[in-house]
Amino acid sequence: MCLGIPAKIVNVDQEKQGEVDYLGTRVKASFLFLDSPQVGDWVIIHAGFAISRLDEEEAQETLALLREITEAEGR
Amino acid sequence: MKELRERKAIQALLLAIRRKTSALGPVRVMEVCGTHTMTIHRYGLKDLLEQAGVGMVSGPGCPVCITPAAMHEAAIGLVTGRPDLVLATFGDMTRVPTRKGSLQTIIPAPGSMVKIVYSPRESQEFAARYPEKEVVFFGAGFETTIPAIASAVKDAAKAGTPNYSVLCALWLIPPPLRAILESGEVKITGFLYPGHVSAVIGRAPYEFIPKEFGIPGAIAGFEPGDILLGILNILGQIEQGRPSVGLEYKRVVSPGGNPLALKLMDEVLEVKDAAWRGLGLIPQSGLRPRPRFSAWDAEVKFGLTIGSDAGELAGCRCGEVLRGLIAPPECGLFGKKCTPDAPQGPCMVSFEGACLVHLKYSQRREPGKSGPKKRQKRIRP
Amino acid sequence: MKRGRASASPENKQVSLEVGSGGLLMRRFIDDYILPAFDNPFLRGLPDASHLPGGVALTTDGYVVDPIFFPGGDIGTLAVNGTVNDLVVSGARPEYLSLGLILEEGLALDDLKKVLTSIRTAARKAGVRIVTGDTKVVRRGQADKLFITTAGIGRVIGKPDIRRVRPGDKIIVTGPLGDHSLAVMLARGEFGLAAKVKSDCAPLLFLLPLWSKGVLWMRDITRGGLATVLAELAERLPWSVLIDEDKVPISRPVRGAAELLGIDPLFLACEGRAVLVAPRKKAAAILAVIRRHGQGRQARVIGEVSSTAGRPGELLLATTAGGLRLLEPLTSEVLPRIC
Repeated sequence: MCLGIPAKIVNVDQEKQGEVDYLGTRVKASFLFLDSPQVGDWVIIHAGFAISRLDEEEAQETLALLREITEAEGR
Repeated sequence: MKELRERKAIQALLLAIRRKTSALGPVRVMEVCGTHTMTIHRYGLKDLLEQAGVGMVSGPGCPVCITPAAMHEAAIGLVTGRPDLVLATFGDMTRVPTRKGSLQTIIPAPGSMVKIVYSPRESQEFAARYPEKEVVFFGAGFETTIPAIASAVKDAAKAGTPNYSVLCALWLIPPPLRAILESGEVKITGFLYPGHVSAVIGRAPYEFIPKEFGIPGAIAGFEPGDILLGILNILGQIEQGRPSVGLEYKRVVSPGGNPLALKLMDEVLEVKDAAWRGLGLIPQSGLRPRPRFSAWDAEVKFGLTIGSDAGELAGCRCGEVLRGLIAPPECGLFGKKCTPDAPQGPCMVSFEGACLVHLKYSQRREPGKSGPKKRQKRIRP
Repeated sequence: MKRGRASASPENKQVSLEVGSGGLLMRRFIDDYILPAFDNPFLRGLPDASHLPGGVALTTDGYVVDPIFFPGGDIGTLAVNGTVNDLVVSGARPEYLSLGLILEEGLALDDLKKVLTSIRTAARKAGVRIVTGDTKVVRRGQADKLFITTAGIGRVIGKPDIRRVRPGDKIIVTGPLGDHSLAVMLARGEFGLAAKVKSDCAPLLFLLPLWSKGVLWMRDITRGGLATVLAELAERLPWSVLIDEDKVPISRPVRGAAELLGIDPLFLACEGRAVLVAPRKKAAAILAVIRRHGQGRQARVIGEVSSTAGRPGELLLATTAGGLRLLEPLTSEVLPRIC
């Protein structure tokens, strides 16, 4: 079964249906479960539905934590 | 987020984990969901984690593994017994063996077929395009997939589509965890909670685990780095003696979950008692379409009576294997009545299931022996 | 894993779809039903093409790809290149093809013309001539538009010899995986998939010189993908085969589609890629020859035969995260009617 994949919204219509792009491949997706989906939003796609947005700030924080640990263990 | 799968980062995280387990002692973490199991398998993390002092146990969050044989057999019955019926399903459901074969190996009735889809929506569109076919979507999943399936049911109902229905194998994540914890002694030090199920249901449904049972856990994402960070989170809780529901997957999961998805689930589906492969009947652990949607509920539409114990032998001890109380060979069915071709419980169906892994490991040939010779039989006249 | 029951269960006594899919179920089916009927030395080892007395190689193939037109090719290009490639990887220079056409009543003549033109073009590019053929028409519904069967004849110029493979010998792949599969998925219009990808369907003639440069074994990567082909290789060796995930070439769109759909790209079919075993000391030279050709530009060493990585017969993947994973052949193909 498909993992939830982070992908970018490339188009969305009035009925909250549209497409996402992931590494240059586009797939039809439904944004029924998102509040005001916009082109350019990063979302998690699972079985053709976006189940959540990707929060950029939190993503950076997770990466920062990762880098911190990598550095600490590198010493 | 590529960094979350890079070798250097993974090595560092494993070192950090080993540092903690050297002080705390080895731990046993249950990854609840099948997708975490898949990630661990795909990146070869199990052995690496074992070496770092963390034993991983595959939990019940794998729809393929815990959907009872009777349901698989019902799906098979539909596509082999009825002409012009299209059974749409996710690919991984098709490989599960039953007494009647698997969806991969059966011969459909005339005009019927098994169609692999990636979204429930596809099955609905297929039904609209081919009104002469009866389309049944074998919808199996947990809360990540359930909203999509609910949406398919609702859309079909709205359009009044006469040739579409969903055979629901819908499961909730928290109840089997409670069932496992309440059944007695449990040798699980921590839980890795499913990232995308949690994106839908939020954090609250797991709170009973640290509160009532004192066991730590963390909601983790699906990159190898996420899993290791989740485990570090759990180890941190153990160090501080403060079990809680940790959140590693902050970039995707809001503590309140996804209200729109939850609302749709509630609109279309109702909770029911359900029988889980290997775990038995768990109250309030499954979902089915509400009565007003029953025309799109394949169980009702086709009058299916799916016996909860059909095809499963007494003596399955998956529950104890999952809780860490026994090793696979201690189950009387292991390797005899329960094999990869005729599995009884989820521990033998899941490709990372403890029993399947144990069996495969014991079958790997010893070094020094040569490869198998293909023996060609002669057909006797 | 131990092999289980026979492929067609005694209850149905019928052929199931999956025995044609290229995975374990097909192999069991061939072992249980096909081979026992025709057992002879040529068939042992199930070569892609058989080497006959007189230095002639013979191969045969059937083409049922759905749909018949896809980005980068059609059933005609597949039919020519697929047959040509079976000869090349078995050590023969392709020379002649036979062409059997099974046409469905109602097939558009324009479509047929397009396919025939593709066959002509592909044959010219591959340096082969269609020297005999057959045409049949069946009622509407009894064949899906057009099926093609071929036989190919070539001149033996080299001999694969798996017995000369040794630990340390290198595994080389000639280009990125899975483009053909994605092209067919795009043509099927499923999941609203869109990407700028063309099938990799092409003749592998540029690999012929390798037969005099010491290459030990070659296979074209079709149904079942790289993992299936290498699992078959590993099974015949008293050592294991170790592949480095980071070295396996996969284009961005294929990677994207595979992740979105939950498919492992190592199992995706190609129609113009080969995997080969080069002796350790000759690997660099062999790679250089491959890379000189446009189609082989992205060729890479992706792994080696190993006496230490695993048990005999195992195919192992060193994953991008640093772990080790056992690759096992699938019971059946990821995508039906891919070639």
